[in-house]
Amino acid sequence: MQVDPRSTRFSAVITTVVLALVLLTGNAWLLLAQGVVFALGVAGASPYGLIFRRLVRPRLGPPAELEDSTPPRFAQGVGLVFALAGLIGFAAQITVLALVATAAALLAAFLNAAFGFCLGCEMYLIIRRLMPAATR
Amino acid sequence: MSQAMTGLLVLCATLAAGLIVGLTMRRRGGAVRAVRSDMDVVAAGDLGAELGERATLVQFSTAFCQPCRATRRVLSEVSGMVPGVRHVEIDAESRLDLVRRFDVMRTPTVLVLDHQGRVVKRASGQPRRADVIAALGLAASQEPDAT
Repeated sequence: MQVDPRSTRFSAVITTVVLALVLLTGNAWLLLAQGVVFALGVAGASPYGLIFRRLVRPRLGPPAELEDSTPPRFAQGVGLVFALAGLIGFAAQITVLALVATAAALLAAFLNAAFGFCLGCEMYLIIRRLMPAATR
Repeated sequence: MSQAMTGLLVLCATLAAGLIVGLTMRRRGGAVRAVRSDMDVVAAGDLGAELGERATLVQFSTAFCQPCRATRRVLSEVSGMVPGVRHVEIDAESRLDLVRRFDVMRTPTVLVLDHQGRVVKRASGQPRRADVIAALGLAASQEPDAT
């Protein structure tokens, strides 16, 4: 599956804003909503991507080139793991866990939004190296 | 300290860390670096592909790698342009032995081998075309008896 790279970038900007609001307000529901967005993103049906297609892309015109959607979808999965950890932190009132996990997801989203750098993707090989048993 | 205040501090710290990481990656990512001369030699059997007559560009990639495609484009273009140079792409996941041996932490990582398979240069991140060509100049200039 192919994806417009500008859509990935646009989604990262919204994600950055939402996660920043989670930190500022301490609102766990907002983090839950972002977690749902991450889950839909893994499935290749990101609501932010939909907003991009409906509202932004018609104003920008067609993309110069498309990208493989596997890396950004994997990164949404990494975001989902952090969001779940943050939600556990909020639910169990472990404030440190809630803040650190949300901050980690925010860092990844910000790097993608500001620099087009996919932190989740970069983590992939390092994680794979730590799992020798899974060698194919 | 109030919750909002803590949140604000964490937010600022995270964005500052992101700026530092992002700017560092942008500046250093893809830089073609010299490698210690005692680095071991790669044989064609290790790669599962023939070495180039003059030099070989070994690219480590994964499926979850955004800049790998652009890197592939640069390296195949360069290897098509410079005679005796081969571009070999390796799926990092299926060759974790090589990943560990060459301490590959990121994809793409590019190793520049001379005609004997000695690693002379490496780059992690997407290398610039001009840097690859310059590194090839060095790799190809290594004489067979220079060891």
